[in-house]
Amino acid sequence: MIDPLTKEERQCLFWLTRINGFGALTVEKIWNSIPDKVSIYNIEGKVLREKGLLQPAQAESFDAFRKYEKRQEIQEEYEKLKERGIRFITPFDQEYPKGLQNIAAKPMGLYWKGRLPDRDYPVAAIVGARECTSYGGQIARFLGKELSSQGVQIVSGLASGVDGAGHMGALDAGKPTYGVLGCGINICYPKENYKLYEMMERTGGIVSEYGLGTRPRPGNFPMRNRIISGMSDIIIVVEAREKSGSLITAETALEQGKDVFAIPGRITDILSAGCNRLIQQGAFPLLEVGDILDYFGMTHGKMLRIQEKNQKGLAKKEKKVYICLDLQPKFIEEIVKESGLPMHECVGILLDLELEGYIVQEANHYYRKKL
Amino acid sequence: MFSRIYSAGTSGIQGRIITVEVDSHDGLPGMSMVGYLSSEVREAQERVRTALKNSGFSMPPKKTVINLSPASIRKAGTSYDLAIALGVLGALEYVNLEPYLNSLFVGELGLDGTIKPVRGVLPMVLTAKEEGFCQCFLPPGNEREGQAVRQMEIAAPESLKQCVEWLRHPDIIKRVVKVQGESLSCQDSSGEEKDFSEVNGQLVLRRASEIAAAGQHNLLMLGEAGAGKTMVAQRIPTIMPAMTEKERIEVSKIYSVCGLLPKGETLMTKRPFRNPHHTISPQALAGGGLVPNPGELSLASEGILFLDEFPEFSSKTIEILRQPLEEKSVTIARTHGTYVFPANVLLVAAMNPCPCGFYPDRNRCRCSSKQIHNYLGKISKPILERFDISAEATPVTYQELRVTKENENSEQIRQRVESAREIQKYRFRDKQISCNSQMGGRDLKEYCKISAREEAFLETVYRKKQLSARAVHKIFKVARTIADLDSRSSISHSDLCEAVGYRSLEGKYWGGR
Repeated sequence: MIDPLTKEERQCLFWLTRINGFGALTVEKIWNSIPDKVSIYNIEGKVLREKGLLQPAQAESFDAFRKYEKRQEIQEEYEKLKERGIRFITPFDQEYPKGLQNIAAKPMGLYWKGRLPDRDYPVAAIVGARECTSYGGQIARFLGKELSSQGVQIVSGLASGVDGAGHMGALDAGKPTYGVLGCGINICYPKENYKLYEMMERTGGIVSEYGLGTRPRPGNFPMRNRIISGMSDIIIVVEAREKSGSLITAETALEQGKDVFAIPGRITDILSAGCNRLIQQGAFPLLEVGDILDYFGMTHGKMLRIQEKNQKGLAKKEKKVYICLDLQPKFIEEIVKESGLPMHECVGILLDLELEGYIVQEANHYYRKKL
Repeated sequence: MFSRIYSAGTSGIQGRIITVEVDSHDGLPGMSMVGYLSSEVREAQERVRTALKNSGFSMPPKKTVINLSPASIRKAGTSYDLAIALGVLGALEYVNLEPYLNSLFVGELGLDGTIKPVRGVLPMVLTAKEEGFCQCFLPPGNEREGQAVRQMEIAAPESLKQCVEWLRHPDIIKRVVKVQGESLSCQDSSGEEKDFSEVNGQLVLRRASEIAAAGQHNLLMLGEAGAGKTMVAQRIPTIMPAMTEKERIEVSKIYSVCGLLPKGETLMTKRPFRNPHHTISPQALAGGGLVPNPGELSLASEGILFLDEFPEFSSKTIEILRQPLEEKSVTIARTHGTYVFPANVLLVAAMNPCPCGFYPDRNRCRCSSKQIHNYLGKISKPILERFDISAEATPVTYQELRVTKENENSEQIRQRVESAREIQKYRFRDKQISCNSQMGGRDLKEYCKISAREEAFLETVYRKKQLSARAVHKIFKVARTIADLDSRSSISHSDLCEAVGYRSLEGKYWGGR
């Protein structure tokens, strides 16, 4: 059992994490090297440098932050967190996610809004490309919904594309879901996800290791990925290119000893190349929701297969048009050609199908099946 | 002695009769010109003096005053040279101008006395006709243009000397004048190289162009580079109904003022197709200048204004289209007057669906949804609402490219378009409007009735697709045109469906999500 920190000690740790240019590892090393935590302000940067804990530039930054005004400023910031409904969670707290305790470079402080994941239920991360295909988006949303309604908690990166779709799925099921940000917790990035951000703040949780107001720098995101994988028990990669951030998450997950699931795809699809490669290297191919539940040893009834809607109830011509469609958007001229119906008739049927919720018009005159 | 002679200039695209008064009297020798002149008119003095000398007329040492009236209007252009020279000769009693007060003299002079063509002859001759002139002396290069006006005697002397010769011998004029007869109406629009039969595949674009041409609906084409958007746009004029004589004269006036009339033709025979580059300035598009000149919008009047790479146009340029598209004319105000140019265009715009052009093919398109959104967002909502139809283009497959079967040609499509236009003309016979795209709220109620079942259907579409009220109006207008193309009096279910299919402009699709 770890001793909880006193209020002063927490403030010291907060101050330490706010120093520019300090990574999680540096903070951890310094923190562990000093026995009397509250005396940290009295230590000179030079001493830490001589001990080999700091680089010269970091030592300078350390001294600059020791100045009284700067300390005052950071203290005020700490006080304000509470007003804003943000919690500062350290590895010495009970609530600190268990999964993160043992990872390399564990975050020494986490900003948290909303809820924390329930320890009694498994956690799965759904990750993938930001510029995903509509197919990838649908799968992610479907998985998010089915898994969370079975009690698996969904963690992801609140990015556009697959990440956001995974969160949306969980919210569809009315379950909390957790997002890990690569910027300050008070910044919503990307902006398009503002609605999602708001909803998750209320029904789920949002977490970040970066101080308030930190801009979403590209370098933050690979670091953020280690938190996503650390918090989860397994990683599901929905769509990824051969070189992509999702593969970094998968890699860190493997380093942390987590298992990786990947959605297999056609070998010609660029966005499935990363997933297929993962499977080749030993990741589990994910074929249905049951695979995940079985992995967790959760009992479940007959799961819904991932497939399109039942075609019953469609008129003959509607069926004719419907079977021409795919989960990838298809242009109307192809549909006309394959169904053999005249174009104006085809347009009418497609509109009917769309209104009935069987298909989706992805862009103008591009249609696809709905899951 | 005093002499008077008539010439003409242009103001906007209207001709304006100018009286040239010349007085020559004893005094300090010299020449002075008055009457609110621009520098090119002032320079006429030197041209005229030299041309007179080189044509064999000697100038006695007298004081000559030339006045161009009405003096309150600013005069620009070089069309007054001939009249000024003749006026001087009249004042010096070389020639008697009295019998020619019902004649108009237009032309620029060279230093050797040759008469050179000028811009804007057609509107000048038209105004002359209205004001009761019955004879025009035009530069040889503008002769055909003048002949477009019925019952106007056109003489085209080659030089000042020849002109004076003719004026002295009215019997020669009788021999040389030409009066336009039937030559105008028998001009056919032959020699059209472009035809829709050259377009392979592109079912959607073909159909959309036909509807656009039939109802004068503005068309927005989306599709990747090389899919054939430009090719289709260039062929839309060929499926529009042939221009009426009134339309041809209107269009030709604009081209005459801009000096763009095709050589050797009396009037414009083909509907214009203007295709300005996206670096065009707002003034060049709408018209402008100290004395305003028509812009591309007016040059495309009664035809197609094609804006390729639509989002690349500066937003200022695009926004300028708003009012002309509604009013079908461009109004340019200057301190010295307001000019109205016609702008009855069918706007056809083409753009890529995303910066790289491949969306929604995610194997090739790596644009983020934000990039796509920003790209589409360059087109403002008010401009977007000016488009009734948006249609997608896809690259043709090799099989389509090499297809041996003859495609439907422009002539066949045009016949359908013309009959649809006839129906509209009859429908709006008592109204100010002429085609479906111009219908207002009351007209929609009157001419676009649908059954209760369709009403319910449209309501579902409205709710599910989150359409705007304006979008519903557009759907009605386009559906009306589709029904007209089929010569049906009522709008059917499939008409509505098809019209809904051309609305990807709504917020839900615009920007991808």
